[in-house]
Amino acid sequence: MPSIFAKQFKERSTKLSADLQHRFWIQKSLKGYEKNREEKRNRFQNWEAARQSAAETKWEAVNHLDQYLIEFTDKIGARGTKLFWASTAREAREYILNLAQEKNARTIIKSKTMTSEEIHLNEALAGAGYEVIESDLGEFIVQLRREVPYHLVFPAMHLTRGEISHLFHEKLGSAETDSPEELTMIVRRKMRAQYCKADIGISGANFAIAETGMISITENEGNARLTTALPKVHVALLGIEKVLPKLNDLALFLPMLATAGAGQQITAYNSFIGGPRQSDEVDGPEEFHIVLLDNRRTELLADPEQRDALHCIRCGACLNVCPIFRNVGGQSYGTTYQGPIGSVITPHLRGLQDWKHLSSASSLCGACTEVCPVKIDLHHHLLHNRRNAAALESGRWERRAFRVFAFLVNRQALFSGVTMICRFFQSFHRLISGTKADPLRAWTATREVPMIAPQSFREYWKSRQK
Amino acid sequence: MVRIFEKLGHNVAFDQALVCCGQPAFNSGCWREAREVATHVVQRLQTTDVVVVPSGSCGAMIRVFYSELFKNEPELEAAASVAKKTFELSEFLVDQLGVTSLGSRFPAKVTFHDGCHGFRELHVKQQPRQLLEQVKDLTLIEMEDQTSCCGFGGTFAVKFPMISTAMGEGKCASALGTEADFLVSNDSSCLMHLQGLLSRKKEKLKTIHLADVLASF
Repeated sequence: MPSIFAKQFKERSTKLSADLQHRFWIQKSLKGYEKNREEKRNRFQNWEAARQSAAETKWEAVNHLDQYLIEFTDKIGARGTKLFWASTAREAREYILNLAQEKNARTIIKSKTMTSEEIHLNEALAGAGYEVIESDLGEFIVQLRREVPYHLVFPAMHLTRGEISHLFHEKLGSAETDSPEELTMIVRRKMRAQYCKADIGISGANFAIAETGMISITENEGNARLTTALPKVHVALLGIEKVLPKLNDLALFLPMLATAGAGQQITAYNSFIGGPRQSDEVDGPEEFHIVLLDNRRTELLADPEQRDALHCIRCGACLNVCPIFRNVGGQSYGTTYQGPIGSVITPHLRGLQDWKHLSSASSLCGACTEVCPVKIDLHHHLLHNRRNAAALESGRWERRAFRVFAFLVNRQALFSGVTMICRFFQSFHRLISGTKADPLRAWTATREVPMIAPQSFREYWKSRQK
Repeated sequence: MVRIFEKLGHNVAFDQALVCCGQPAFNSGCWREAREVATHVVQRLQTTDVVVVPSGSCGAMIRVFYSELFKNEPELEAAASVAKKTFELSEFLVDQLGVTSLGSRFPAKVTFHDGCHGFRELHVKQQPRQLLEQVKDLTLIEMEDQTSCCGFGGTFAVKFPMISTAMGEGKCASALGTEADFLVSNDSSCLMHLQGLLSRKKEKLKTIHLADVLASF
């Protein structure tokens, strides 16, 4: 039985991949990204060497995660940062909820963090009665629409300017406009007041530096800077795999993330946070909390075959080049992390039985692996997931079919006999091809079946030998 | 392919007992069944000098994925020895034999589709183009998004038919944009998928395998 998530994926992906307008817009915007990425990639002296170096640094960090995490927490803790290790999403949510209660908070402002999507933080906070506002423009837009982000880097990339203008008009009472600048100003005016009003600011982190005990946040709008600096309390939520050994590593990782992620040379704002406001400082939050999230990442760490999936810096490059993502869109997946990386890690984070279908929904073209800046063997991991899925009880029908297949192809005479039978029946198949009565409809609804050659290569070969 | 090698003066053997490399089972996660098929292949090909496959996909299965399939298995060494001597047709001609001109003539405008396995697993990219350039009266017009997938993907094409179709339609549109007469590839499975879509839409563009173009002499 396919899981409910598999059914949902099949339904949504079938609908959206047939939607020509969706196809047009997504491909158009990703074409633009591709051009920029290419251009910025060429500014690297040697992109391939940079990828190799980044992969090695991540390998070092992930394979000595225990040491680097302790170094990071010791150093950032020494400056008065409060640290919480959350084993599960629930523990992370409860810590933040308790903190909000303790601080008598009413309003919470957030900057973009996919990790908070992973633990469903917004729902938990809103459910407990707090006002939660996303300050990233794209995130704010999908929040107004009560949607999940479409893309882990570009949350609202599926919407046109007109749709956004209409949304603002409806929800914020602003005048309709076609100008991106004016649309941005509408949100900016609203946001400025929110930063001052918010009791708590919640952010994620792009990297955590062990050597100096700092988190690094990279962004283009300056909203993360205000979210982490203005409210009295700042909470940073990050997965344990975000740690890098040295500050110097960012000399590679910051431009690499910007290039692979958004086709930018470097993002507009890059912040480092090493603790709450110190006694000799004039600004910054009074309290700084870091929530380090495991949420089954350690299970991935324990799997030597797929451990490199923890290299991921969430740049989204694999989504952008993925022909599946480009056709089904980000919201069809039903996961926090969309595209190839999501298909690889979601079965680990949320269970193979429920999420194995995502690994099957791939042509294994390998465009993702080719583009990944930290060299995760993405499309081969889809194969590993498929193998692990076939070993589950639910995989037994497919296994039986392939037992027959193996039996048949290892017995050439039998195989040739079957080919001849198929050749005979094929002329009858044409009568029902593509209709509802056709057992091959999955193929024939949109495609013709090739005619089996009147003379197979095997038959040709035999006739030559005579 | 047989005609090409015979023209070049090689002895071609074909083992009738071999049907499949096992990739369909492997890609579906049924590695035990895939091993059954692959073991048969490995045993039968032990004594051959060189194995040439007119498909990047089957070539990649043997050369790249057999080592993964037989990891920690007693047949690993035998599989690795077959992997080492297995080549996709165009890479064998160009890289191993140093041949680009076969004296072929194919008077048509063609565009070339890179099968993903040949391109990304075996890194075959320039070789088919070098061969096509030497074909008399042939004009090669590159399409947009040359290296994007045709959407076939084996069982993927029937498990997720609409996604596969959408991908294939994108590819067909790129190929049609070149106004070529033929869509050439070094992988029959991509061609089967694309021809299926083109025929349904009654497009004039025809698919043809690289070997068939090269064997036009």
